[in-house]
Amino acid sequence: MIIGESKPLKDILFMIQNYSKIIVAGCRGCVTVCSAGGEKEVGILAAAISLARQKEGKPIEIKEVTLERQCDPEYLEEVRSFIDEYEAVVSIACGAGVQFMAEKYRKVPILPGINTNFIGVTEEQGVWTERCQSCGNCKLHLTGGICPIARCSKSLLNGPCGGSSNGKCEINPEVDCAWQLIIDVLREQGRLDLLEMIIPINDWRTSRDGGPRKIIREDLKL
Amino acid sequence: MRLSYPPNIKIIKVPCTGKVDVLYLLKAFQNGADGVYVAGCMEGDCHYLTGNIRARKRVEYAKKILDETGIGGDRLAMYNMSAAQAPRFVEVANEMFEHIKKLGPNPIKQSLTNTPAPTRAEEVEQ
Amino acid sequence: MTSNSRLEKILGQGEFAVTSECGPPRGASPDVIRKKGELLKDCVDAINITDNQTSVVRMSSFSACVILKQLGIDPVMQMVTRDRNRIAIQSDILGAAALGINNILCLSGDHQKFGDHEAAKNVYDLDSIHLIQTVKHMRDEGKFLGGDELEPPPRLFIGAASNPFADPFDFRVIRLAKKAAAGVQFIQTQCIFNIQRFKQFMQQVTDRGLHEKVHILGGVTPMKSVGMANYMKKMVPGMDVPDELITRIKGVEKEKRAEEGIKIAIETIQQLKEIEGVHGVHIMAIEWEEMVPRIAEEAGLLPRPQQP
Repeated sequence: MIIGESKPLKDILFMIQNYSKIIVAGCRGCVTVCSAGGEKEVGILAAAISLARQKEGKPIEIKEVTLERQCDPEYLEEVRSFIDEYEAVVSIACGAGVQFMAEKYRKVPILPGINTNFIGVTEEQGVWTERCQSCGNCKLHLTGGICPIARCSKSLLNGPCGGSSNGKCEINPEVDCAWQLIIDVLREQGRLDLLEMIIPINDWRTSRDGGPRKIIREDLKL
Repeated sequence: MRLSYPPNIKIIKVPCTGKVDVLYLLKAFQNGADGVYVAGCMEGDCHYLTGNIRARKRVEYAKKILDETGIGGDRLAMYNMSAAQAPRFVEVANEMFEHIKKLGPNPIKQSLTNTPAPTRAEEVEQ
Repeated sequence: MTSNSRLEKILGQGEFAVTSECGPPRGASPDVIRKKGELLKDCVDAINITDNQTSVVRMSSFSACVILKQLGIDPVMQMVTRDRNRIAIQSDILGAAALGINNILCLSGDHQKFGDHEAAKNVYDLDSIHLIQTVKHMRDEGKFLGGDELEPPPRLFIGAASNPFADPFDFRVIRLAKKAAAGVQFIQTQCIFNIQRFKQFMQQVTDRGLHEKVHILGGVTPMKSVGMANYMKKMVPGMDVPDELITRIKGVEKEKRAEEGIKIAIETIQQLKEIEGVHGVHIMAIEWEEMVPRIAEEAGLLPRPQQP
């Protein structure tokens, strides 16, 4: 899922400094799972903004709302009946949600309350790590289910580099060397011969490098 | 034991401090509390094993938020004590009361009512 | 011969080759490179110029190589894939060949976290193996990666690095085999302090017959002090500095330690000469380039064969 993290409160306060009536909008999708933008976080952010503004002597009215998702147009309709009564929205959905809301409601500034970080997984409660770079050309079948593009700091397709040490990456002893992980799993599966083949030069056109991407399913269009 | 503790401490009972949510702590200040403390069991004695550990982490998190809002995380504290330790209960109550008195009233109180209210410490207790 | 490289000629003749390296300056003057070049020129067959090593910005390897060419030296242009995409890479390969650079060492490059510009975007469009393939493709097929023809092709002797001491040990030779399959012609290894472990590595290399496909030059670095030895042991990834070595250097009085380091380097070179599959030595005297002539002399590597 998409993992994000709250922006510092002072940054959010700066964005809303000229507003006195705002919505804080959460999302029940990915950001709820990573405790960055769900209903609970909406409550906490609204309380924090309220306390800070009251202390400043500039009270603010906040409406709290949590949408099912902010990346589907049907769910964004939920706010249509009242959004115009507010001066701005602090959305704590991921960057896609913030943008989509901004597209649907052009007259109201939609402000980002979180930083969207990566596509990842929950390793344990409270710990999320990156797994996928959405390169659009998945090669996990060649690397034992471990992505060299996302998890190798250099995105090497034929690693490891000379900096791999005790299974850790040269950039940080807490970061696993993806290629060590790949070698280990393929060795366990008796498929180390897979790595004798050179994985060819990558076609980055399917990645962000090729420009903003779009997928159309004609069979699904109404 | 008939020990007395400061009168303007409001006690909110919960089955375990693990029930205490960051949001409750913030809302207490939103409602005008000058200070809040969470009294949980001694670490290792929690009936639900780690409820008081979770409470401590949440208190730390809420303290950071309170610092960021300018209210001040030092208005929030966590104490551990045994339910049988009445004197400790009183000691903590007095300590917190004195601490909050020094800090003064909740800075948002003026905007909640027009007249200054007396200092109140709220205690959330197991 | 795939290039006009002196190094290629010497290795091709079965001679034990000697290369060294120097780092370009952090400024816009050619003087440092000229000075280092003059120092090394008669005791080596080629001089590597590092490419923004450890992600610290320095004068480009390409330009420093051109400066060395002007002194009549045969440089090895190191190229990392961290900072350039395939378009810039192929462009630089053509430019290097046009300016008479004959050797290229293909590397991925240290992550920018090590350097002074951590906030930079890294490229890594290709990895080091892809870079080897690219040079070979341009040279032998006369084509760009995109398919179009190029004329005339760049004639470059292709090298890469190998670290027998990085983890995982048993995979290192497989990676070397991949580089050989990609077209690498010579390898310079990371500096060798654990000769036993290096011998084990070379055994695996010769078992696979790789020594017949690739010329391997063993890396040698003289230790200046106990501090340097400890630093390399603990702080540099992929470095194997045995405790016995540190003990040996410590066992000598402080003023004599650098001298001991030189002695150890010379002994290492002599041992390397005896190992099957090792076709030369790459002397990396970091910030101590003035010692290279002496090390080469005392290890019996001088004079270098004259250009035929």
